[in-house]
Amino acid sequence: MTQVPPSPPGSTRPALVLKDVTKRYGGVVAACALRLEAEPGELLTLIGPSGCGKSTTLRLVAGLERPDEGTICIADEVVADRRHWQPPERRRVGLVFQDHALFPHLTVAKNIAFGLDKLPRAERSRRVGEVLDMVRLGHLASRYPHELSGGEQQRVALARALAPKPAAVLLDEPFSNLDDNLRTKVRADTVAVLREAGTTAMLVTHDQTEALTVGDRVVVMRDGEIEQADTPERVFESPATRFVASFMGEADFLPARVRNALLTCEIGVVSTVPGWTTGWDVDVVLRPHEVALAVDPDSAARVVAVEYHGAFVLHTVVLGSGSTLRSWQPHAVRHPIGTPVTVSVVPGITPTLLIGDTAVTAPPL
Amino acid sequence: MSRPAVLVRERASAVRPSPAAYSGRPWWSLFTVGIAVLVATPVVAVVIDAVRQAASPDLPRGLGAMVLTTLLLMVGVGVGTLVIGGGLAWLVTAYRFPLRDALAWLLVLPLAMPAYILGFVFLSAFDVSGPVQQMLRSVFGTDVWIPDVASLPGAILVMSLTLYPYVYLLTRAALVEQAPGTYDAARTLGASRSRVLWRVLLPLARPSLAAALALVMMETLTDFATVQYFNVRTVSVGVYLVWKGSFDFGSATQLSALVLLFAVAVLAGERLLRGRARYHQRPGRGHGLQPERLSGWRAAGATAVCMAVLGAGFAVPVLQLLFWAVGDAIADPASLWDPRFADYLTNSVVVALVTAAVCVLLSLMMGHGLRLGGGWFVRAAAQLTTFGYAVPGAVVGIGVLLAFVALDRTLEALGVAGGTGLLVTGSVVGILYAYVVRFLAPAYQAVDASFAKVSPTMTMSAMSLGAKPRRILRQVHVPLVRPGVAVALVLVMIDAIKELPIVLLLRPFGFTTVSVWVYELASENFWEKAALPALVIVAVATVPVFFLFRHVRLIDTAHEVG
Repeated sequence: MTQVPPSPPGSTRPALVLKDVTKRYGGVVAACALRLEAEPGELLTLIGPSGCGKSTTLRLVAGLERPDEGTICIADEVVADRRHWQPPERRRVGLVFQDHALFPHLTVAKNIAFGLDKLPRAERSRRVGEVLDMVRLGHLASRYPHELSGGEQQRVALARALAPKPAAVLLDEPFSNLDDNLRTKVRADTVAVLREAGTTAMLVTHDQTEALTVGDRVVVMRDGEIEQADTPERVFESPATRFVASFMGEADFLPARVRNALLTCEIGVVSTVPGWTTGWDVDVVLRPHEVALAVDPDSAARVVAVEYHGAFVLHTVVLGSGSTLRSWQPHAVRHPIGTPVTVSVVPGITPTLLIGDTAVTAPPL
Repeated sequence: MSRPAVLVRERASAVRPSPAAYSGRPWWSLFTVGIAVLVATPVVAVVIDAVRQAASPDLPRGLGAMVLTTLLLMVGVGVGTLVIGGGLAWLVTAYRFPLRDALAWLLVLPLAMPAYILGFVFLSAFDVSGPVQQMLRSVFGTDVWIPDVASLPGAILVMSLTLYPYVYLLTRAALVEQAPGTYDAARTLGASRSRVLWRVLLPLARPSLAAALALVMMETLTDFATVQYFNVRTVSVGVYLVWKGSFDFGSATQLSALVLLFAVAVLAGERLLRGRARYHQRPGRGHGLQPERLSGWRAAGATAVCMAVLGAGFAVPVLQLLFWAVGDAIADPASLWDPRFADYLTNSVVVALVTAAVCVLLSLMMGHGLRLGGGWFVRAAAQLTTFGYAVPGAVVGIGVLLAFVALDRTLEALGVAGGTGLLVTGSVVGILYAYVVRFLAPAYQAVDASFAKVSPTMTMSAMSLGAKPRRILRQVHVPLVRPGVAVALVLVMIDAIKELPIVLLLRPFGFTTVSVWVYELASENFWEKAALPALVIVAVATVPVFFLFRHVRLIDTAHEVG
């Protein structure tokens, strides 16, 4: 195996690198020229619709699949490229699965000790105690997996993955087996433990909220390609593509046109676009919390649906042109169906603009 | 020869998750392919030899009659088991009558009665010198016309009585487990119970029926002793008779290839009957088919029918054997201590134990190898190892001999004087090899069913924790598939103890097993003497039926809950 030259002290080299990684199953491209880096200690969330290649990416990093093209490095070591191939047991990567995959014939302590067989006995039991404390399950060390609750099993799985001090931990939808009430709590606990351990982690999920709340960066995938890899804020507020905008949260699209450095659409001026010349046609992305409503008997727009969500009420409005917009209103506001309303953009918003399916910030050359 | 593993597998394979597709374990893959080659060798040897002689066909006389007899027997037993097994399954599932709950699982028992044992008990009772004919003659005079019992219809009856449980079990499972919602939907659409049976339940059960029929046909084809008692010359018997009778190698090999064609036809027939239909329905919610209470003479009739089948297929012959064994022991107490009995029993048990151990070990390694990846080729190789079960023992025996002859020639050509020498003909190595070829399938299927229940993520987790393949086998896979290993050991041992033609073909001089002893004694009409060893075999064969009892009970509870 090739050793990448050791990093100079003080600099942070990425803990995990995927360079142009491609994986095909027969004719289907499951991962296409993936480029991704994770800083040491960083927590990445991978999200996308089913079949987008997020799990394949995880399996490629873990060594459960072999890439057809590209290079994968873990902790400065090439683990897969054209010539090199390291099997999973030599990769120093921890895995946590949705079904936890605890060994049913071993106690909690022995499950955790499974990856520590190369340590001397005393050191092994010390490390088992350490990680058990980290997940606050020291009192359950001698239990068997079937005697634990779902949340406890999940923590044992995490402790087991962390015990050999892996270079990275990969979590494949680790919370989807837990019921809603438990999930939030277990998720917070898991993130806390990962932070405490300082491990680089990659978490696959199909839950948008989870991706946004947990990740330092969110990687949105579609059809085997990375659409956007960015901070949660940027992914939500400045989606790179039409797909990211609609997949990460709710979004409606309105055609708009630049006129005198102003972006105008059916509901009026939505923002200023300095530097743009008149005549560009774009789509503007509007999220329900960015859309304001006011009752106006003269308006052609009508409320067509009202959904009560507790703290907020979601209003769906059909504009004169037939386009649809959604708007969050405080729980006390409820316009009956059929109410004529004027629609505007909440002040201070800089909405995302799309040309074709790609977001733009400046006028194209 | 019972095959509960196959029955269990039928269901387990439906939910199998795709194994990891990573590569990089060439040794484990090679090992699996190696086993497949080893198992396929005898069969391939037969085919190659037959093809080589195809230019100068040397088929035995009366071949047409043999083929026709085989066909008639297979069709007859197929229809017989469908009527008995299917009918009983419907009766027990759709109706309530006295003793129904007990009968529902007792009806599996005839599976423990090898056809060749039921066969000779049946003959002893109904043959010319038997009590039934004597009674008929004393009542109606000596001129009364009595059909010949030792005939094709007799063999069909006896084999149907021992093989119907396959159809019974799979039909019942299909009737009970196939989506209760479908049944409910059909009923709410206004269909009567019998209309739902013919229009919905039976079409849905077709894949199960096809699987059951394939099992029955396979057992019929591989049968060796029963058909001989009944003077029915099938192609499988023909192979043995040609080989042992005239030592006509070429002729026997060509006949073997013909038997293989039959086996392939059965497998193809199953696929065809199944069609493109793969109804793997999840047991959903719903009421499903609920049993209707019978009363009066109909209830009594239902109980009587079940009892009659159970009596003819198991209870009466066991009692007859007990009667003979006790009578023989009283008449000649010394026979109980016949040193031959202990000797033959030891032979049977030792050969069975070694075979079971080897089969289970190979199955474990194959299951493990598949878990580590390897792709379609290795999976196909593993599948190939199960074909041996469809090949009659006599054919496997001839294949093993052919393979060793070829090995001998190669060794001598390489300068090893004498080749393998007496290794095969002078020891039980040949028998063991043939046994492994034939019985690897039930072992592998049982172990594989257990592997299917172990989530692939378990293996992946172990690997990511730094465990190498051998450690994973030892510390993860073996402990987790232990139930399958136990089932496999038991199944192979029982099949091996019952096996007959392989020992007859390949045994070294003076080597006899219990099954051969029963066969020889029964062939010479020493029924009383054969009773005790026959009882031993029946007792041993009852063990896997207890596994099936659990299976049936599970179906029953599912039924009650559903």
